[in-house]
This record gives sequence, structure tokens and C-alpha cells, in this order.
Amino acid sequence: MYQYDQYDQQLVDERVAQFRDQTRRYLAGELSDDEFRPLRLHNGLYIQRHAPMLRVAIPYGLLSSRQLRKLAEIARRFDKGYAHFTTRQNIQFNWPALEQVPEILAELATVEMHAIQTSGSCIRNITSDPFAGVAGDEVIDPRPWCEILRQWSTFHPEFTFLPRKFKIAVNGALEDRAVIRAHDIGLELQRDESGETGFRVLVGGGLGRTPIIGEEIASFVPWQHILTYCEAILRVYNRYGRRDNLYKARIKILVKALGIEAFREQVEAEWAHLKNGPSTLTEAELARVAGHFVDPAYQVLPSVDRDFERRQADSKAFSAWVNRNVRAHKKPGYAIVTLSTKHHRIAPGDVTAEQMDQVAAWADEYSFGELRVTHEQNLVLADVRQADLFALWQQARDAGLATPNIGLVTDIISCPGGDFCNLANAKSIPIANAIQARFDDLDYLHDIGEIEINISGCMNACGHHHVGHIGILGVDKNGQEWYQVTIGGSQGNDTTLGKVIGPSFSASEMPDVVEQLITTYLARRHADERFIDTVRRIGTAPFKQDVYADRQPQRKVANA
Amino acid sequence: MPEIIKNGRIVSDDWQVITLPEGETAATIALPAGRVIVPLAVWQTRREALAARIDLGEIGVWLDGTEDPLAIAADLARLPVVAIRFPKFSDGRGYSSAVLLRQRLGFGREMRAIGDVLRDQFNYLKRCGFDALQPAEGRYSRPQLEAAIASLNDFSQPYQASVADPKPLFGRLSRAA
Repeated sequence: MYQYDQYDQQLVDERVAQFRDQTRRYLAGELSDDEFRPLRLHNGLYIQRHAPMLRVAIPYGLLSSRQLRKLAEIARRFDKGYAHFTTRQNIQFNWPALEQVPEILAELATVEMHAIQTSGSCIRNITSDPFAGVAGDEVIDPRPWCEILRQWSTFHPEFTFLPRKFKIAVNGALEDRAVIRAHDIGLELQRDESGETGFRVLVGGGLGRTPIIGEEIASFVPWQHILTYCEAILRVYNRYGRRDNLYKARIKILVKALGIEAFREQVEAEWAHLKNGPSTLTEAELARVAGHFVDPAYQVLPSVDRDFERRQADSKAFSAWVNRNVRAHKKPGYAIVTLSTKHHRIAPGDVTAEQMDQVAAWADEYSFGELRVTHEQNLVLADVRQADLFALWQQARDAGLATPNIGLVTDIISCPGGDFCNLANAKSIPIANAIQARFDDLDYLHDIGEIEINISGCMNACGHHHVGHIGILGVDKNGQEWYQVTIGGSQGNDTTLGKVIGPSFSASEMPDVVEQLITTYLARRHADERFIDTVRRIGTAPFKQDVYADRQPQRKVANA
Repeated sequence: MPEIIKNGRIVSDDWQVITLPEGETAATIALPAGRVIVPLAVWQTRREALAARIDLGEIGVWLDGTEDPLAIAADLARLPVVAIRFPKFSDGRGYSSAVLLRQRLGFGREMRAIGDVLRDQFNYLKRCGFDALQPAEGRYSRPQLEAAIASLNDFSQPYQASVADPKPLFGRLSRAA
């Protein structure tokens, strides 16, 4: 993974010094609340329901074991011994004290980490495929490009006070695992006929209050020009994006208002001035960054490990875990392991300091000292030998990180919700846990098959509910918490937005509602048909009918 | 006389920034004697009438966030100063206006940030080509303004190319692999 040089380190150190002084001035009354707010948000610091929340950047989801140990140490020293992995591949601490945040940032800087631009109206953490570099369907490794974009977007002097937040995702594989269609800019790495690298550029996607699928603005931008092309998009947005209404300030609203054709014309006109300018990327810079992402020292192994096969035959539990949580690797004899954070007794994405230390140890022992965070809020050990899987599974099971549920009902994506977040209309975590408890039976879980449930506590959609096969959105009705349900959303290459099935439900009804949706699916599915496929084939009506069939109209039903 | 930061130093400044109060129009507002920075609307309305003062170098123009620098492209040779107003410090349009003035239009004289200008923006402002920074009157005491100068150099080797750093870090310095 990328290693800082003196300049990267200096910038992060200078940022710590800057924020230390800003915090000092705020506490001394020299900066008002309104002035301090954007400054702290640019360092990932929210003032939350119970305490500040600090969001630390995990650039494109990549972590070293050393970094993870530092996060564990911070969780112990400055927090309550745990932290929360987010849907944008970052990590959040829920209980740090404001006065201590500069110290936390200084600790992070010692392991090449920071909280720069993890919030606020600026370019956020670049996100990508958690299987980058190891997936069999990869066309071009997105990691060097993510790092190049990270550097370009960090403290960009022109684009640090945008109308609203700005999210960029990069995908380099055939399957889109970075949800690029739901980002302000989605970049898809491609090769043209001559084999040159470039990007298909999507713009104006996003979830939130007004979910919109990104549209193609350029079919192929050669790699040398990607920074100037992004700069052109950002300049048009910075100048003309709405600043009068927070809810209409994202680039998607500008793109919709102008239409993609007119927006493209403006960007192209701007780009004509920037193209071939000093920000044009060079072979040397690409080679320098790409040099940090070469393959680790893989052993030459047989494609199937005999012992691994025997273990699967011997242990149903191990075999179930392998089937759900282990993926094929591009190298023979290796595997990609997803450690599940999902369990009905904990919040999705929550990991304790002890678990972090354990995962760091496994990364060192089994996976070249590195791991990844997924936007589904799980952790990935990307380079595990098949021969080591059984030992890893045993340890992960003991640590509570081996629930064999990746992609199943209980692998719920959820924001922190009303338990922690000021913006939330309703709680998310208890809903997730109640659904997980309902589907605790593993055989039933596996029989249901692949299904994605996403929960957001408000329409900011941090839980990406619009693209959940089942999406659950917390809404406020006269001070009470209600849940609106959508079905038929999906992420990936065929990203679609779910449709609302009808009036919202109370919290206590939610496990029944989800169970009924699944009962309808099980009754109507064709062989090997996933939930989402059945919804697409038969539409939402049968689901709607069954869910609302035995409900009294007046019974605890609020209008969506 | 107000004190501003110019080229990294505190200087007394005798330019008066003229705003249009309620009830006044660009055509009628009285302009005091001496050096004035007028709203774009005043400039556009009274350019001919002010010709003598313009020739003396007494008239500058300020642009609001919504105002396009291209509107004064043809006038830049006659302007000793162009100011860009930040209605709120979190309103970042002025950064793009500044870059366009410097890079697209080649404006080489004083470019001044006015309005809600805080030291926490100084480094970004400098890199976008501002050489004069005028925080709102009374926002900083003299010692605070002196301390604020350090913020110009918050980031000593930024990644990006900008007005102040014509090359990005990878073109400016040799970075070891």
C-alpha cells in the first residue's frame, strides 16, 4: 500500500498543527461556533448527540496492521474501547472529547493517517473496490488512481468550500463494487482499443434526499488528463452549484437543472483551458505511485489445497463460512476473506479494540500485514493462503468475526442512526439487530440466499437504503419514529433505486415486515432466483399486498 | 486607516470599499474622494463618467460571488485592484473567480479578498492568487492579525498546482519512489 514520503508526512503534520491552533482559538472564544463548524468538519469532527464524533479517513478502505493497532489504541485511550466502520470505508469514534481531538490527530499522523476532509462541503475520502488488486475480474488496479486523486483533492485551494459535500469513487473491475453510479463523480477504469488506460466518467449520482443515478459525461478520458477533467467538473460545480438551499446544493441538482448535455458543454469549455496544463499527469508520477501497489510476495501454490478441501468436508460450519465469506483470488492457492461485523448483538460495523488487535495479528500472520474496509462495513483480509483458512476461521469465530452471512439477510448495512447521530429521525441499530435476531437460524438464512438490507436513520441515506434490495428509512412523524420500506433497489453495474411499498411502519413491526417480504419471495421465487430477481420479475405489488394484507388501516400506520 | 495583509505583511490601506446601501443605486451613489473600490454595477454604469479618476488609478472594482470575472475582462488593464467579496467564509465561489482572474485573464495587479475573510482561509486564498487579504473591520485585533500571518504558510508544500505554485508537487520536486 501507499507509504508516505516526507511531503505527505509534512502535510499531515501541518494539518495537525493547524487544527490544534484552531481548537485552541475556538476554546479561547476567538472563533465562533459558526466559524469553527466548517473547520472541525474538514477534520471529521461532528458535535453529536452524546459527545463529539470523529470520523477518521481510511483512504479507499486500505489499512495496515500497524494502523489498525493505532485505531485500537485510540479507541481505548480516547473512547469507550470500540469504533464504527462506515459505509464510506472510514471509521468513526463516537465518544472523544473535543479538547483531545488534536492529540488524536497527532497520534494518527504517526501512522500516516488523518481525518482530513472526512466531512464538510469538500471532496471526501475517495472510495473504491475492497477487492482491488486481488479480484479476478479486475481490468486495471484502481488503487494508484485513488491515491493520485487523494493527493489532488487534499487541501485543494479552489475546492475546499464547495456548495456541498463531494464524493468520488473509482472502480477498475468488470463488476462495480464501488457503487460508482451513486457518487458525485464515478470513475470507471477502462482500456481503449490501443490498450491505453483511461476513465469513463459518470457525474451527478448520489443518494440522500434526492436519489439520482449518475450519468455519463465522458466515455473515455485518457489517464494523463483525469485530474484536469475532474478540475473542470469541480470548477463548474463550485461556480454554479446552488448555495441558497442545502437540499439542492449537490452537483446532481445542477446536472439535472442544466441537463447532462449542457453540463457537459460547460465542463468541456472549462477543460479546453486546463487540458495539457501543469496538472497533466506524467508517466513518472504514475510509476511512482503505482510502485506502492505491486503484488506482495505470493508463493507458487497449487490451485486447490488438499487439506483445505478435507477441512470443508469435515466441518459443516467451516464449509458454510467458506461458501459465504471466502472469495476466489486471482492467484492460485490464495483466497479473499471477509470478516463479518454483523451479529444481532452489536451494531453493524462496530468493532472493539480487542477485535482490532486480533484482526491486525491475523493480517500480519496470514495476509501480508494489510486489510481492507468494505462499504458494507465488513473487513477483508485479501491475501490468505487456502491452507491458512481453517486456522483463521477458528480464531475469527472465537473473536465473533466469522458469522457466515456475507450477502445474506443479516449482513445488514446501517448508519449509526438516532442512537448517535444528530441528523437522524429514527434509530437504525435496534432495527438492524431486531431483524438479525429474527433470522438467526443459519439454515433458514442460507435458504433465503442473497439479499441486501440497508437501513438509514434519515434521508441523508448514509445507510444507502435506496440501493438496498430491501431499504429501510427512518422518518419522523409527529415526534415518533417510523420506518418507510423500499424494495427492488440494487448496487453494482445495474444500480437501481428501490420503490416505496406503502405507508410506514413502527419499529416493533419491522421484523414482521421483513419476514413477510421474504415469505412472499420464498413462495414465488423460481429456482436459483435471488430476492432482487424475483422483485424485478413480479414487481412490487405482490409484496405490498402481502405485507399490508392483515394490517388494520387505523393500526399504527403513518402516511409515508 | 484599516490594516490589511499584503504580500505577507501588515500594511495600512487607504482604499475605501464602497457598498450599495438600501435605497442607493449604482448610478446615484456618491463616491468619496481618494481611492475607492466600487461594486461591479457602479463600474459598469459609470465607467465613462469616472474616466478621469480611473486614469489617476483611483478606482478599483469588487466582484460578488455571483459575478463573473469575465465581465471585467476588457477593463483589467485600467484597474489597479480587483477585490473579490466572500459573503460568508464558507462560500467558496471567490476562489474560482480568483483563479480565473489570474490564470485565464492574466490579471497581474492587486487581487484582494474582502468580506468574511478569516485567517483559516489565508493559505487557500494565497494559493488562488490573492496578494491582499482584508478581514472584516474589527474581526482581528492587531496582535491577532500579526499571529494570523503564520496561516499563510499552513501548508508549505501543497500537492496541487495553483496560482502560487505553478506546478503540482510531482512537477515541483523530485519525489522518491
